[in-house]
Amino acid sequence: MSTSAVTHHDVHAHHELGFIRTYIFSTDHKMIGRQFLFLGLFMMIIGGLLALLLRWQLGWPETPVPGLGGILKETEGVIPPEVYNMLFTMHATIMIFFVIMPILVGCFGNFLIPLMIGARDMAFPKLNMLSFWVGALAGVLMLVGFFVPGGHAAAGWTSYAPLSSVPQYTGTNWGQNLWCISLFFLGISSLMGSINYITTIINQRAPGMTFFRMPLVVWSLFITAILLLLALPVLTSAVALLLFDRTLGTHWFQPAGGGEPLLWQHLFWFFGHPEVYILILPAMGVASDVLATFSRKPIFGYRAMVYSMLGICFLSWIVYGHHMFVSGMSPYVGTSFMITTMIIAVPSAIKTFNWLGTLWGGNIRFTVPMLNGLAFVGMFVIGGLSGIFMASSPVDIFIQDTYFIVAHIHYVVFGGSVFGIFAAIYYWFPKMFGRNMSAWLGHLHFWPTFVFYNLTFFPMHILGVGGHMRRIYNPTQYEFLQPLQPINEFITISALLLGLAQIPFVINFLWSLFWGPKAEVNPWHANTLDWTAPSPPPHLNWGATIPTVYRGPYEYSSPEVSEDYLPQTRQLAPARASGGRH
Amino acid sequence: MKWFYWTGWLPQNASTYGKEIDSMYELIYWITAVTFILVAVTMIAFLIKYRHREGRRATYSHGNTTLEIVWTIVPALILVALTAMSQPLWARIKYTTPQSDLTIQVLAKQFNWEITYAGPDGKFGTEDDKTFDNEMHVPVNKPVVVLLRSKDVIHSFFVPQFRMKQDAVPGREIRQWFEATKPGKYELPCAELCGFGHSGMKGWVFVHTPEEYQKWLKEQGLSS
Repeated sequence: MSTSAVTHHDVHAHHELGFIRTYIFSTDHKMIGRQFLFLGLFMMIIGGLLALLLRWQLGWPETPVPGLGGILKETEGVIPPEVYNMLFTMHATIMIFFVIMPILVGCFGNFLIPLMIGARDMAFPKLNMLSFWVGALAGVLMLVGFFVPGGHAAAGWTSYAPLSSVPQYTGTNWGQNLWCISLFFLGISSLMGSINYITTIINQRAPGMTFFRMPLVVWSLFITAILLLLALPVLTSAVALLLFDRTLGTHWFQPAGGGEPLLWQHLFWFFGHPEVYILILPAMGVASDVLATFSRKPIFGYRAMVYSMLGICFLSWIVYGHHMFVSGMSPYVGTSFMITTMIIAVPSAIKTFNWLGTLWGGNIRFTVPMLNGLAFVGMFVIGGLSGIFMASSPVDIFIQDTYFIVAHIHYVVFGGSVFGIFAAIYYWFPKMFGRNMSAWLGHLHFWPTFVFYNLTFFPMHILGVGGHMRRIYNPTQYEFLQPLQPINEFITISALLLGLAQIPFVINFLWSLFWGPKAEVNPWHANTLDWTAPSPPPHLNWGATIPTVYRGPYEYSSPEVSEDYLPQTRQLAPARASGGRH
Repeated sequence: MKWFYWTGWLPQNASTYGKEIDSMYELIYWITAVTFILVAVTMIAFLIKYRHREGRRATYSHGNTTLEIVWTIVPALILVALTAMSQPLWARIKYTTPQSDLTIQVLAKQFNWEITYAGPDGKFGTEDDKTFDNEMHVPVNKPVVVLLRSKDVIHSFFVPQFRMKQDAVPGREIRQWFEATKPGKYELPCAELCGFGHSGMKGWVFVHTPEEYQKWLKEQGLSS
């Protein structure tokens, strides 16, 4: 393929790059990946703290938050309702757009795609650099919003118009404007990234790397990139319209001027539902690779896994209306969205059963990435099953806008995506930074996280079934919710402990970055191409020659070799070289 | 028992279709609970049975087409059945409203429900209309039609005990209905974020026996 045309001269070119070209304005996909990782982890701390603050208000409503007296002077540390609205709006906005997307798509997409398909870099390295810096600009703009008069956006991460489109309805002015502008830039960043990913995967695969020899994580990122390419521009346009309504006096979403409030919801969810799959598909890919590696088994039903991801990719465009069953959208349209939403559960079920099939008959090693990968599968099952309640439109009438939805999204996005992120970080850290993380601290991080995660989010199902609305400032204002208040308190305590459980991760990450033991080339005895490059891989990844691929990515415990793994690049004696189906 | 039986957490039902929504909920609850237990038990069993031991080699298998077909078709059939069972209920609640002699206008605004009765002439927009703040009175066992509008942002009309929820959208009038089955006093919260006063935006629905309801109408000068 075209990458093999890279000359020997280029391989050594990195020696001439200065500090700024190597670490800041780098065009190296691995450095850009690391930059996205640091951006995402930094934002995760902010997003997590926002969540703890809003949990404090729900657990012990209108009591002063310890240590917040200095910031909220007027109320002596008590969170006022408009600040509470800002907290949950920004918690979700930051976690979705500036933590999960940058880490799963930005970091691992960038880092893994070229390394796993055998390319020296992305197809458009400069565009890639621009994608990160536009994304970073979006992040800065989003953070600036916290400091403008009137506070940050407070209309929910879904920013339903006209609450979001008329400044006086929320009292926020530049906060919501910056929210729009930031997401506009993020949309452009993601557009540049997705074009790059798609082009790279189609054009830059190493000799022998057919589509059906690609690791599932690359497939998942490929499909995610297609969703990003088609979905994010819809959001980008929608936030532009919202900004015009707010600042230029247009009336896209205001009935007073002939606009339509539901138009925002249609645009938002036409982006928003594919977005959910953007957040979960890469984690599914990560889990597939991690489960196969540590079960020492080929992935069960490789093609079924690919086809079910393609099925999700297609169906995700025609299910979005299930967010709008009680929005005022025609109930006849609701019926068609119920049918498609029920159908999209099938590919997820197929994937789950194939993960179980991968574990069957394995020789399973409970490493830290594996534990996180297994947690992903278990939590995704709960998140997937709870989705069936909402798919049934009559049941959704009751649970729409309750904590049941909050529980569901957190089982998918924390239980799924975030455990996927942890699995990926623990798994690829040795390759990314050339040093190993501490397994002991990894266990100390995983187990409390897993326990307190469930203690935090599982009881939210019960709140939701009790009718507890989401986004309310003080549940004790409602008689029918008062008996549920002890559950709210329990959740808040669990959430605080879940927050504390992240400390071992922060220590482990930072310590290992500088002082972790040097990593081998292939510490997990994995098959894919990324593990043939040095740890960390140099600029342009491999020496003079690009690896050649002879088989699929999951030839673990193959009878053709005595070891329990058979790398994609290893050439066997000609008579036996036919091994490795797919 | 309440802890293990999820439906125990539902607010007590007090409407006709609420009961059917609860049955649908309960059916999905059992299907998903059984599925989850089967998956979790299988997974834990595999993790124990196939944990790493020195000298053992994993089974070299790329999958099984029969299994793939089975675990595609079985979930698909269950989901199709759930859709088929949900649809008539959905249609009954949302496609049409039943014949009713009581229609109430609800105008949502930041942060109140304005509830208007047509008065003795049975027509809205006339002088004998009467508007209440955050208070709705209805008779038991009679279908009630609600005409939902909003003055400013989107709100959501939610009566947990009736299993009723519908957004009120500015620029639209949305026709909904319910039929209460138990006299009592039920909270009417707003379920869609509508601004800083969203929390605490609530009203009350009073469900009266026919006699009490007539008495209330007379007191308010609403009966002809």
